[in-house]
Amino acid sequence: MIRHLMKGLLRDRHRSLFPVMIVAAGVSVSILMYCFMDGMVDDMVRSSARLDTGHLKIVTRGYNELMTQAPNDLSVRDSDAMMERLRRDYPDMEWTGRIKFGGLLDFPDENGETKAQGPTIGFAADLLGEDSKEIGRLNLESALVRGRLPSSPGEIIVSEDFIARLGVEIGETATLIGSTAYGSMAVYNFVLVGTVRFGIAPLDRNTMIADISDVRYALDMEGATSEILGYYSNMLFDAGDAAEKADAFNAAREGQESDLTPLMLTLRDQNGLGIMLDLMMMRSTIIITIFIMVMSIVLWNTGLMSGIRRYGEFGVRLAIGESKPHVYVTLIAEAVLVGLAGTAIGTAIGLSFSYFLQEVGWDVTGMLQGSSVMMSNVMRARVSFTGGIIGLIPGLAATILGASFSGANIFRRQTSQLFKELEV
Amino acid sequence: MQNGNLIETFDLVKQFPIGGRKFTALRDVNMKVRRGEFLGLVGPSGSGKTTLLNIIGALDKPTSGRTVVIGMDTGKLSHKESAMLRSEYLGFIFQTYNLLPVYTVYENVEFPLLLLGMEEKKRREMVISALKWVGLDDRARSRPSTLSGGESQRVAIARAMVKRPKLVLADEPTANLDAENSFNVLDMMVRLNEELETTFVFATHDDKVIRYLRRKITLNDGRIVEDIETVPSPPGQGGE
Ligand SMILES: Nc1ncnc2c1ncn2[C@@H]1O[C@H](COP(=O)(O)OP(=O)(O)OP(=O)(O)O)[C@@H](O)[C@H]1O
Ligand SMILES: [Mg+2]
Repeated sequence: MIRHLMKGLLRDRHRSLFPVMIVAAGVSVSILMYCFMDGMVDDMVRSSARLDTGHLKIVTRGYNELMTQAPNDLSVRDSDAMMERLRRDYPDMEWTGRIKFGGLLDFPDENGETKAQGPTIGFAADLLGEDSKEIGRLNLESALVRGRLPSSPGEIIVSEDFIARLGVEIGETATLIGSTAYGSMAVYNFVLVGTVRFGIAPLDRNTMIADISDVRYALDMEGATSEILGYYSNMLFDAGDAAEKADAFNAAREGQESDLTPLMLTLRDQNGLGIMLDLMMMRSTIIITIFIMVMSIVLWNTGLMSGIRRYGEFGVRLAIGESKPHVYVTLIAEAVLVGLAGTAIGTAIGLSFSYFLQEVGWDVTGMLQGSSVMMSNVMRARVSFTGGIIGLIPGLAATILGASFSGANIFRRQTSQLFKELEV
Repeated sequence: MQNGNLIETFDLVKQFPIGGRKFTALRDVNMKVRRGEFLGLVGPSGSGKTTLLNIIGALDKPTSGRTVVIGMDTGKLSHKESAMLRSEYLGFIFQTYNLLPVYTVYENVEFPLLLLGMEEKKRREMVISALKWVGLDDRARSRPSTLSGGESQRVAIARAMVKRPKLVLADEPTANLDAENSFNVLDMMVRLNEELETTFVFATHDDKVIRYLRRKITLNDGRIVEDIETVPSPPGQGGE
């Protein structure tokens, strides 16, 4: 009997091949979507942490209010002592100072007249410190396009695109015209030693990167740091642990009322990343729900399309002497087989594509022009175990669901009615 | 069956809801059919023949009234029991042949025997002999789509007859056959009726079928208006 039914299933492409293809297509698309979003989130978290937010960040309360304007008058005073303390209190983390600043980068000719200039977003990190890991964290070595990285005070690297636009050469003097932490004008001469490109749109427009000691001096911020970033030694963000650390840190300073009171932020507290991550976390639920709905509708329709034929077949089988429950069970069993086969094929296809997108990536530079999200221009999927099994549930569930819905008519209708469907 | 009746109906009423109103397709149908009868339900189109046949075969439920088939009250059967009744005792022949297109002629005819859990060797014997009855043993491996209308109808007849059921319910079995094929099929049915004592109930308005009947129940507007014995006059014996 079972052999007989299998024969029927395999011979009838409307029952086997086509549904398997539909399920496979749905499963592969949802796996690809899942892996892709997973890769995007992962990239976003990593890039943000390395370049901007750290896993933890300490700023003053006042600075936090105006973070996007980089208000360096509200920086953390006596930051060296603060960092000492942090290293002692949190031995599992690495702490480093950063300063962000804005200004005009001016390239003078031999006579001291402006040859080229443009607004710049400045970025200061511990580039020269003996055991600083900032060069690695910022990925500067692979970002370097021309020239070399700063190796002594007074040297800077600048976005390749910015330099190309200004038409200046490596080795030229670059004058930063900005304002000090106290609001007076700051003018400071650097030497351009190299250019970089991160492949992250907002960073590649007009960034200059300098050593933090130079910038402190230039902006009159001796002993101060606008942001102190903390990184887990293994570079993996642990949201729960980070939140605990931040809560404890901030609770200890609850009573203080000053703008200059330090405040600890986690990666999630910054740039709306928390909300973004939460939304992304809902992705699998949403994807699966939509997928189940779409697949059910598709399979429902497929069922209805071939249903007329199928109902007739059920009617004949019932008339010959099969019981309704038996016909129903065979229908579900077929759905399980179709679902399994489709899911297997779809998973293979989906994972292959995801793997391709993980290894090769998808260059979306064009789409990110003007974007300020810290996201790589080459989007990459991430193949994970969850991505591998995520298709199983919807691929099977939707198929079986669709079959049980369309099969319910076997019970709902008189057998004679099933024939009518055939005869019309 | 104590009283020798294969089918008994008691005050059968069947109503269909049509747009909020009720349409009565069968009214107070009382009939008894004995074992070995060769009987036809006749009457104009829409008189309720198919409806009555479907209720007798437990493919449909009456709105009220009772049907006893082979000693079983069809209204009281579970899914399993009514499947069992059909599987063991009933053979259906439909107006449209209703062969399963994915299966070969052989597999279509074999299906009822699979449901009975019959072993392979016995199955083969019975399928081949049923196909011989209808003269299609050489088409055993064909798919239904390659058969002519007459051939398909004969396969459907073989499928209904293969398990040698006690009762065959045949709804317009000759509607799609030409005269020659109709007479072939009917001759064969008479033979099976005589050899195996199979009871036949037809629903038909085909004169060719009516000539073979030994009893004729006329329906009109859902009511039995006439129930008479008739003398069969098949063409072979009628001097045509
Ligand atoms: N499912 C249904 N819903 C509504 N009305 C129905 C349904 N089935 C049958 N009828 C009606 O019941 C009446 C009897 O139908 P039935 O099919 O039994 O007629 P019949 O005698 O077999 O006719 P024919 O000779 O044309 O096959 C018809 O008027 C038909 O319209
Ligand atoms: Mg009819």
